[in-house]
Amino acid sequence: MSVTYLEAIRAAQAKALRENPNVYIYGQDVATYGGAFKSTKNLAKDFPGRVLDSPISEDAMVGSAIGASLEGMRPIVEMQFADFSANGFNQIVNHAGGYFYRTGVSCPITIRMPSGGNPGSGPFHSQCLESVYAHFPGLIIMTPATVEDAYTLLLEAIAIDDPVLFFEHKFLYNRVKAEKLPEHFSFSAGKARIHRPGRDLTVVSYGVTLYDSLAAAAELEKEGISIEVVDLRTVKPIDTETILHSVANTGHLLCISEGWPWGGVTAEVVARVASKGFHLLDSPPERMNSRDTPVPYHPDLWLAHKPSIGAIAKKIREMLDW
Amino acid sequence: MLNSLREPESEAVHLGFQEQYVSAFKWMLLARTVEDKIGALWRAGKVAGGCYLGRGQEAISVAVGIMLKPGDTFGPLIRDQAGRLAFGEPLFDILRTYLGKKTGPTKGRDGNVHRGRPRERIYPMISHLGALVSVVAGALMARRMQGDTNFVGATSIGDGGTSTGSFHEGFNMAAVERLPLVLTVTNNQYAYSTPNERQFACHDLVDRAIGYGVEGYSMDGTDLKECLEVAAHAVRRARSGFGPQMIVASCVRLSGHAEHDDGSYMEKTLLESPIGRDCIKVAHSFLVEQGWADESTVQEWRLNAKMDVEDVLQRVQREPAPVPEEEDWNAFSSHLIDPDLSA
Repeated sequence: MSVTYLEAIRAAQAKALRENPNVYIYGQDVATYGGAFKSTKNLAKDFPGRVLDSPISEDAMVGSAIGASLEGMRPIVEMQFADFSANGFNQIVNHAGGYFYRTGVSCPITIRMPSGGNPGSGPFHSQCLESVYAHFPGLIIMTPATVEDAYTLLLEAIAIDDPVLFFEHKFLYNRVKAEKLPEHFSFSAGKARIHRPGRDLTVVSYGVTLYDSLAAAAELEKEGISIEVVDLRTVKPIDTETILHSVANTGHLLCISEGWPWGGVTAEVVARVASKGFHLLDSPPERMNSRDTPVPYHPDLWLAHKPSIGAIAKKIREMLDW
Repeated sequence: MLNSLREPESEAVHLGFQEQYVSAFKWMLLARTVEDKIGALWRAGKVAGGCYLGRGQEAISVAVGIMLKPGDTFGPLIRDQAGRLAFGEPLFDILRTYLGKKTGPTKGRDGNVHRGRPRERIYPMISHLGALVSVVAGALMARRMQGDTNFVGATSIGDGGTSTGSFHEGFNMAAVERLPLVLTVTNNQYAYSTPNERQFACHDLVDRAIGYGVEGYSMDGTDLKECLEVAAHAVRRARSGFGPQMIVASCVRLSGHAEHDDGSYMEKTLLESPIGRDCIKVAHSFLVEQGWADESTVQEWRLNAKMDVEDVLQRVQREPAPVPEEEDWNAFSSHLIDPDLSA
């Protein structure tokens, strides 16, 4: 038996619905159809009246979740694609994000954001928007890469009293598997994890590029290069301590994301290390992102748009030759 | 004038209506008085930021606010001071917020009309118009899921706000869910400086009620009697399960968009038209005509309102401002988040 990343997301929602009567799911095609990616399959049947189809109204989906959360509910909003959250942007950043600071009352909503590219998905079904939302105060930004994190972080997102944006990567839905879901776990939002220990260089990543980083590390291992790979897990709050600790061990930093290059998570990580750990560095801190264009449709263009395993390995060799 | 969706029987002036009318009139006086005071404080440089008053819109605002019961939800917009007071917002809240006091509901973190008491179901607006419609709708959805009965929610919008996507999404969703939501569109003829003809192309905004599949009413927003009758009816319909109710109240904003705006672009003919009347003067005349109050009684109510405002203002002015060094610069509430990791 094994469980996929997608099944973990469904299992976390089922567990939350089962254990907390205030949890409900609201989104486009989430009820009878079970969601565009089937991440709510059968939940409407198992939990009548608590998995509801919404109109195509991202603004109202988020707005209604805010109102419901003020009445004690724990809404889970499914954006069909993270890209469409642009239509709910105002409610997310200005209404939900600012609620606690402005009013002293928290707004516990979870917004699931199916993110990132797949071959052929094109400009409007591929975006990685975690950096955009992380810029705004009051939003917790989760970016799980593993099956275990997809499960435990989603449960934590629902339990947290603040608005959480849960950036689940679509490329990972059916491609990563685990033996089973964790039964005992403690909440750990905001904590990064050393996914692969190493000596020579630190790669900080999250989401799908964690796997590209691990593949590059495996390739470089054959050349005698030992790479430490840090999985951010939650990009806001960001675990600066774990990153600095790793850079202190290796002396080199490369941060990798599928998001766009201007600003964003990789720029934030590099800035923090340059500012607080400059003395730890033996080479200039570097970062890799997708290219600064819309995400292209053709699979070959798409592959060339984002950091590849080969490009990551090449970059690391250059950094160590510096 | 009510449109054909309304039930045929007339809302006669019934027992208790006189008391309700008088009570609403007093809230209108208090709202006008405190807002005049806020305007004076703004001109004296004692208010940071903008100053947005509801002059001329007190009748429709109070009519909705007074029809709500404790436990109902109210999402007021910028010109809803009268409705806020009638629903139970203390006079302290407006003065503390405009003066940026640490004691206020936003502790100086937000100002002027962005105040509320979410735990008491008075929702604070954000500046992005229409955003509150779905928030109130979501709160009503939650109540229904929790098995509550006999509740309504009310929120307001202006003629300009009806042009936003957020308004449309929120109201359509409320209609799909058949929520007990009373939506008041106060058509005060201008959105900041933009007149109706640059804002929408339908004959009357109430025509949209048909499109949304909800019950709608169009009426004179300067006549407190009509406002109370229609609001009572709409709130009762919503509470009884007839779904969202759309009230379109026509009036004229009796000031600029904000105190920095003299409103010189407003057509004089509108101000001289029936909807350009001051609703407080209309109500005052009605009270006297009905024999429900004489001039000296109304004068006494005005003085009482003035004394109430002065009394609260004197206390609020002595209250402390927020201290930057003591401010908790944290936008997260959760104990699950290690504060050292924040930002």
